[in-house]
Amino acid sequence: MIVTSTLNGVLYGMLLFLMASGLTVIFSMLGVLNFAHTSFYMLGAFFGFQISRWFGFWPGLLVAPLLVGLIGAAIERYGLRHVHKNGHVAELLFTFGLAFVIEEVVEMIWGKSPVDYRVPRLLDFPALTIFSTNYPAYKMFMLLASVAIFLALLIALKKTRVGLIVQAALTHPQMVGHLGHNVDRIFMMVFGIGTALAAAAGVIAGPALQTQSNMAELLGPILFVVVVVGGLGSLLGAFIASLLIALVQTFAVSMNGSLASIFGPLGPGNTQPLLADIWNVTIAQIAPIIPYLLMIVILLFRPKGLLGTRES
Amino acid sequence: MSDLSKVVAPPRSVSSNKGRFYGSWIAAAIALLALPYIFSSGGSLTTFSLIGISIIFSLSYNILLGQTGMLSFGHAVYYGLGGFATIHGMNLIADSKLPVPLPLVPLIGGITGLFFAAIFGWVPTRRSRTAFAMISLGVAELVASSSLILRSFFGGEAGISANRTKLLPVFDWNFGPQIQIYYLVAFWTLLAVVAMYALTRTPFGRMCNAVRDNPERVQFVGYDPHVIRFLAFCIAGFFAGIAGALTAINFEIANAAYLGAMQSGVVLMATYIGGPGFFIGPIVGAIFVTYLLLALSDLTAVWQLYFGLFFISVVMFAPGGISGLLMKHRPLVRAGTLFTVLRAYLVALVPILTMIAGLILAIEIVARHTVNAGEDPNTKAFGVRFNAASPLIWLLAVALVIGGFVVARQTWRWVGKAWDEALIAAREKGFYA
Repeated sequence: MIVTSTLNGVLYGMLLFLMASGLTVIFSMLGVLNFAHTSFYMLGAFFGFQISRWFGFWPGLLVAPLLVGLIGAAIERYGLRHVHKNGHVAELLFTFGLAFVIEEVVEMIWGKSPVDYRVPRLLDFPALTIFSTNYPAYKMFMLLASVAIFLALLIALKKTRVGLIVQAALTHPQMVGHLGHNVDRIFMMVFGIGTALAAAAGVIAGPALQTQSNMAELLGPILFVVVVVGGLGSLLGAFIASLLIALVQTFAVSMNGSLASIFGPLGPGNTQPLLADIWNVTIAQIAPIIPYLLMIVILLFRPKGLLGTRES
Repeated sequence: MSDLSKVVAPPRSVSSNKGRFYGSWIAAAIALLALPYIFSSGGSLTTFSLIGISIIFSLSYNILLGQTGMLSFGHAVYYGLGGFATIHGMNLIADSKLPVPLPLVPLIGGITGLFFAAIFGWVPTRRSRTAFAMISLGVAELVASSSLILRSFFGGEAGISANRTKLLPVFDWNFGPQIQIYYLVAFWTLLAVVAMYALTRTPFGRMCNAVRDNPERVQFVGYDPHVIRFLAFCIAGFFAGIAGALTAINFEIANAAYLGAMQSGVVLMATYIGGPGFFIGPIVGAIFVTYLLLALSDLTAVWQLYFGLFFISVVMFAPGGISGLLMKHRPLVRAGTLFTVLRAYLVALVPILTMIAGLILAIEIVARHTVNAGEDPNTKAFGVRFNAASPLIWLLAVALVIGGFVVARQTWRWVGKAWDEALIAAREKGFYA
């Protein structure tokens, strides 16, 4: 159980980081936290699903992120850039409205119930058996794919000229502009790539998790918790927070203990229904709220997040 | 400099201004009293009650957004908890026959909202701007998820209910009929609006504005921005709790949707659409959005999409909301140069409406093909019949959108020109605001 939970946790963490990295880079450069980031993840999953029905899974893996990246770049160019002059609140609210609209559009086109997005046949077999539990090959593929994207991103950021400019624009956007780079175009490109990364995460995660019109809404708050816990604008912080939150949540889901079972006969009897609720709830049941509790605890001691340096 | 300051803030004639000030409150009170006699149907009474509740809720939200500059994504938490506490309180009062009449019950919600805002507010208010927004979202999710775990208090998906007529009657009123609930809501709305208006006039209200505009300078003056944000958060929680309590009384039920993300989103949108920059803004927004949501959901199946698009266009083109947009015209009205702008607006309105009509048509066609796939393609939206399967209608939609867009760009330039001319003329006459 520990091995599977660790694998699942790392997998979930890598998926979270695929999105958190795009979100962090966009936030650092544009100063706007893209509320619609998980909506692009959802768009990626649905585009992947639609393309997989027409041409198969593998073209979808390539084309869906590209399409979503183009949509993202267009939204930055024709929407966000105009809102910029109205201040940060307006920018954040623009992406908030966008998330709302994307969800409605997806619901309108694909409906509210989950779509049948299948694992490609090539990967539909158990990869390894751990203590009589089969671990599906597709999950191994998810893990490898997200690690590969992560490495590619790292190399692109650290070793290429474009990466250098992006890194510089993270901390000193004005200076980069003064040096003669077209900062507006860099912003558009970064926004497009960030959304494409989210879409790639969506295509990869779609068949394993449920591809449904509420998947953005479910993941969104957790993603923002990751970014806040890691420290706004810190890529390394986002990486640590993604793994931390994913592992904690995955382990919590697989545990069944409750306060009552820990203390056994020492606990108070069923005195009052509210207390009984708290007493009998299992760790697996409170797994959904653990990230938020973690966030509050960490922010109590480190108001700027784990590795955060910027106030906001 | 002194000339300008005289123009921008001219010395006011105190007595006539006071008369107008109190007069407008009294007029509002009379209007609230008279409304049921003009629109007496049960449906409109329910709508008025919902609008009143929404006004309190939006104004409480604007204490955060407009006055202290905090963008919260979790304001419904205090609204919802206030509602739940009210239902529990009503059940307790009815069961143990306490001598508490219904009009006092909203205070339970208010105090609950205040209490939980004080608990949950300390951590988020340490930060401002984006970080505050994200943390408030996290706290909101925490409470919303917990509400599904603690079933005995929140009643799971079904929620919990109460009977409002079991409480102590006041002057033969048992608060069964909607008209009595309307007057209860109207009374609390007026009270809350007056209280929140008074708050903006206190030194504390001014410090909130200072924290919004320049927190660093507030620190230099000797105040702690964190404490001021926290206090504003608590007060906003109090009024949100009252709004939640009134909702609970109105529907006699409280469920998990009260404190969910949707509720937080709607109050944010209502406040922003109305305009967070003016006290009247959230009131306008609450009336407008409540009415719009009720009307749109009758008209079309994909009303949420229209609402979202409308919100985005407000953010893009009218960042001050409806009230901000109207107040921008004040110098023109006072200088009498409004007419040239209005003429340009009328010209520009035609292509813009054409474009919107094309967009709506396109959305309705897509919706017809996906939401109600396989049904009769002859459909009806906004009272207009059309055949969604014919290629002609597609062409029409595309032509309307593109044609409208091309013409709108040109007319919009004229609007800009007319606006500049009118504003310059107004400024020459000495009207700056």
